[in-house]
Parts: sequence; structure tokens; C-alpha cells
Amino acid sequence: MANPIDQKIINDLIANQINFVTSVPCKQLAGVIEILDETDEIQHVPSNKEDEGMGLCAGAYMGGARACILMQNTALGVVVNSLATLIQFYQIPLPMLISYRGEVGEPVACQVEMALHTKAILNQLHIPTYHFHQPEQVRELGGILNHAFMSSKPVAILADATFWKGAA
Amino acid sequence: MKRYDVLKTLTPVLKDSLVVCNIGAPSQELFALNDNVNNFYMLGTMGLASSIGLGLALTQDKQVVSIDGDGSILTNMATLATMANNPPDNFVLLIVDNGSYGSTGDQPTYAGRKTSLSAVARACGCEHVVECSGPETADAVKSALSVGKMTVIVSKCASGNAKVPVIDMNPIVIRERFMSAVQAKE
Ligand SMILES: [Mg+2]
Repeated sequence: MANPIDQKIINDLIANQINFVTSVPCKQLAGVIEILDETDEIQHVPSNKEDEGMGLCAGAYMGGARACILMQNTALGVVVNSLATLIQFYQIPLPMLISYRGEVGEPVACQVEMALHTKAILNQLHIPTYHFHQPEQVRELGGILNHAFMSSKPVAILADATFWKGAA
Repeated sequence: MKRYDVLKTLTPVLKDSLVVCNIGAPSQELFALNDNVNNFYMLGTMGLASSIGLGLALTQDKQVVSIDGDGSILTNMATLATMANNPPDNFVLLIVDNGSYGSTGDQPTYAGRKTSLSAVARACGCEHVVECSGPETADAVKSALSVGKMTVIVSKCASGNAKVPVIDMNPIVIRERFMSAVQAKE
């Protein structure tokens, strides 16, 4: 079930002229994806894997769209090469709204393993990273999206369990 | 018939299409044969020529042809399902299937053994799938472009690369040049 913060996220995407979104689902992103599928302003093309999604976004950007990817932080283990040799090498703007699993409140122990590497991977790649922990931090989303396109860089928004729980 | 000779026959057929070309030998051969503003060369990231072409075809109206390889589509095979379920009429995926990883020394791929990429594409739900020989490829691409339905073409050809240089063009120049071709009025 979607809630107001999911709608606010979609509204920010629309307000920033994002019209192409790809996603690989996560429980925490379910509400956003639900609204996305009812949003005419945004073309939603689900991916099977996040590196495929980065290819779709790169193509969409060159086609004149503003693209964004929704994914889980575990997928940072999948996309390092695509980020470095496609998104960064060709200077393609790409906001990544990332469900940050494995933080406090996480019920699945294994999720903590990739949570430990999440910020380290993003730091290593010099990707601007914003961590949403409290629901009110969502007000920064519009500015962050704009920052990705202004700088032609990938940008990561990590939204953790406390953020989603507080928003529910 | 090797990839280079297939690409040579494609030059007149592709002249009005946007072309997204696979990393390594395919891009280097295309660059040497017929470099032009309508070509996007992948300098890295194995496996994504298909997905980049799909994203491009879904967001603008010009005809898009992705030139992929058998090894490359094997690394990103699930994108055939994404294509089948979101099929843009202006997209052709040409898989040059030479049964080998051409850019790394012609090690055999599974596509040259038991795996049929055209059967995989059909099983993923792609409705227009053509398997042809190297010499038939130009006609197959021409006909797919005139039909105007998303088509996957699997061109069975011989392994081996032409001796051509590495692409020395800057990636941002490649992208910006390509994006001006995308935006140019016809
Ligand atoms: Mg090959």
C-alpha cells in the first residue's frame, strides 16, 4: 500500500521532468512502484537486473528523456562496472533512488552484509550520496535530482528502514 | 562470412538509422568502415548495447539498430524479455552470432554449441525473430526496417576480426555527437 511519502517522491520526479524510470523491486520501494505504474507522465520500464537498467537509462537519456533508476543497495554489487564505464565515462546524469536495506530495523541478517559495503562502494566511485534516515529529509529530494542533471553525474539517495517506517 | 564483411554490407542499409554498437571489435570495425554521427560506440560495459538501444528507441521516434554479439547478449539475455514486453516499433536488435567471444581471442560461446539465441528470443516473447546467414543479413535488416515492428535478427556468421585500430575518440565527444544526431531534424 502506497502512502503520502511515496506520492511525494513521484511528485518530485515529475516536478524535475523525469519521464523515464526503470526499477528492480524492493519491499521498501513497493509503494513508489505502485504509484509509478499509475503515473502517466512517467514511462516505467522494469528491468531484470540493475546493470540492464543502467543501459536503459543511458539510452533513454540519449533519446532526450530524463531517466532515473529505483533499486536496492545490494545491487551496488552488480553495477560497479556499468557505473564506471558507461554512466561516468560518458558523463550521463543518473539519479539512483536506492532502498537501503540492512540498516537498523532490518529483519534479515544477510542484508546487513551489503549494507556494510554500500557507502564504501559509493565513496570509492566518487558518487554524491545522500542518506535519508528521517522522513522529513525527503524535502531534499527535488534538489538532489536537479543536482544529478546539473552535474551530469550519477547520484545516490539511500533511503533506510527508519525513513520508510517513519513515513508509513 | 565474418563480422567485418557483414558490417560492410550494412553500410547503405543503416544510413538513416541510429546505431548503437557493441564494445570491442564490432565497434572498432564499424568505426573503421563507416564512422558517422549516427553511430554510438561502446568503449566499455559488455552486454549493454541491446539495453541502450531499447532505452533510446523507447524515448524518441527515429529508427534504432543495436549491433550486438552472441557473447554479449549471453551476458544480458534477460533484456530480451524486457524488449518483448516493451516493444518499440522503431527498434531492431542485430545479433552478430559468430559463436565466439571475438574481442578476447575467439573463445567459443554457448551460442556456437547447443544454445539457440533465436529460440531464446522467441521464448522471451519477441514476436519478430529472424535467423539468417551472414550474406542474408543486409536484406534481413532492410526488411525489418521497412516492416516497422521490433525485430531480433540473429546473423550466423564466421568468427574472426579485421585488423583495425582501437577507437581513439573521447567518450563524451562520441555521446554528444550522437545526441546531436538524435535531435537533428530529418
Ligand atoms: Mg561473438
